[in-house]
Amino acid sequence: MRKEKEKNIYVWPGLAIMEFLTAIALTIILLVWALLINAPLLEIANPGISENPSRAPWYFIGLQELLVYFDPWIAGVMIPFIIIVCLMIIPYIDNNPAGRGEYTFSLRKFALINFNIGFLMWLILIFTGYFLRGPNWQFYWPWESWEAAKQVEENLWSLDPVYGLAGLAAYFGAGLAIPRLISPRFYRKCGFKRYVIVMTSMLLMYAVPIKIFLRLVFNIKYILVTPWFNI
Amino acid sequence: MSKKKRLWKRIRHSRVWKSIFRHGYEDTKRNRILQIRSNIFLHIHPAKIPSQAGKIRFTWCMGGITFFLFIMEVVTGILLMFYYRPVTEYAYLDMKYLEFDVPFGLILRNIHRWAAHLMVATIMLHMLRVFLTGSYKPPREFNWVIGVTLLALTFLLSFTGYLLPWDQLAYWAITVGTNMIRAMPFIGHEGPFAFVNKYNDIRFMLLGGTGIGPNALLRFYVLHIMVLPAAAIIFIGLHFWRIRKDGGISRPL
Ligand code: HEM
Repeated sequence: MRKEKEKNIYVWPGLAIMEFLTAIALTIILLVWALLINAPLLEIANPGISENPSRAPWYFIGLQELLVYFDPWIAGVMIPFIIIVCLMIIPYIDNNPAGRGEYTFSLRKFALINFNIGFLMWLILIFTGYFLRGPNWQFYWPWESWEAAKQVEENLWSLDPVYGLAGLAAYFGAGLAIPRLISPRFYRKCGFKRYVIVMTSMLLMYAVPIKIFLRLVFNIKYILVTPWFNI
Repeated sequence: MSKKKRLWKRIRHSRVWKSIFRHGYEDTKRNRILQIRSNIFLHIHPAKIPSQAGKIRFTWCMGGITFFLFIMEVVTGILLMFYYRPVTEYAYLDMKYLEFDVPFGLILRNIHRWAAHLMVATIMLHMLRVFLTGSYKPPREFNWVIGVTLLALTFLLSFTGYLLPWDQLAYWAITVGTNMIRAMPFIGHEGPFAFVNKYNDIRFMLLGGTGIGPNALLRFYVLHIMVLPAAAIIFIGLHFWRIRKDGGISRPL
């Protein structure tokens, strides 16, 4: 098995021909697609008449969907910023040398599980925003008619700042402490700095579904209210 | 020897031919290498690769497909530029012009649009593949960082292009998107700790006004056809260069 993997092959002509064929196939696919389906074009832009719902392009709908649960400075600015930064530092915080250049699950369980959960969350948000949102960004199942107006907003409430702060401190504090206690081996493999960075990014990522859960189940609007910003 | 064959031979041995094509085409090891080495477009490949690296089930060909779609966007984009004027009086009319008057104009626009959507999808799949195969691990850490930059550039390219048709879809999608920038901490006028107002915040800088108008259209156009593609080309160049310098497509230790 190993032997076979290490064999070298010539790029010409095998791979080069495959590339050209792929290019031709893609060109055909795009042509057929373009012949069958027209790019959308609505009425001319009119600042006076808003589209309802007005949707961002699909790849940004994940962020738009987050606007339901977070203030714009978190949903539209902090979350994309943190996602990009966390993606960029992945190679530097993952110090597990195993599993390079091969598909494996057992050697990299932690990395694979968490990355895929994040990836999946992104896709679920896009799906919800694209297919399950109607006028005023209210939730509609695909078989529900948009004609039936939805009840606007239930009673939302926010935690008292004292509890909010305590809750956040508990979340991050416990999140940092518990894995260290449960798995000292993991902590030792990481070292202090790496452990803090890895766990903080994990906690930030999982804070998103947790906030969504709190909002949907307990109608909590903000966990922390301050004079300057709300979380 | 027939006349035709003799002519062919004379051409192949002429100075002109030899000045262009530097090697023969018989299937020899040397020619297989030269075929790659002496062609500026093919030489981004190594002449030989580990057999695993050429397997579709390993790379899904997603990086290559993303690159192809980028080229497709450049080509169709340049053609569209012949017909499109980034001013509010004409932008929408030019869309109609493309649809009804320009030969193949509608197909051109459709390809540009669908290839863009496809590119966003394939770049996400490419990233997933690189992650699943652990290909960001040393020595390829920095190429992953370059990749994330390309991901951001691709999103921005798609986003700036979205406004250009100047229809309701474009206008309101970009309204939603740029409204979020208002909330940027410090430099957005509705963000936490803002020390700016709506006439000098970051959104004003991007739109050239407090709302989406002629300036915004022109700015998005310049970003879309010049600034971002130039950046993308530079980073794709770096990306490919680094793949080679980091020892080619990753493989097990
Ligand atoms: C415009 C966007 C991009 C283009 C055109 C592109 C193109 C390519 C190509 C052609 C390869 C060769 C192997 C393959 O096809 O899979 C490759 C490898 C690679 N790409 Fe990308 N890529 C892009 C974006 C990204 C992104 C978003 C990431 C990660 C966040 C990334 C990370 C990498 C890495 C680490 C490798 C080396 C993989 C290995 O050695 O197995 N690239 N890229």
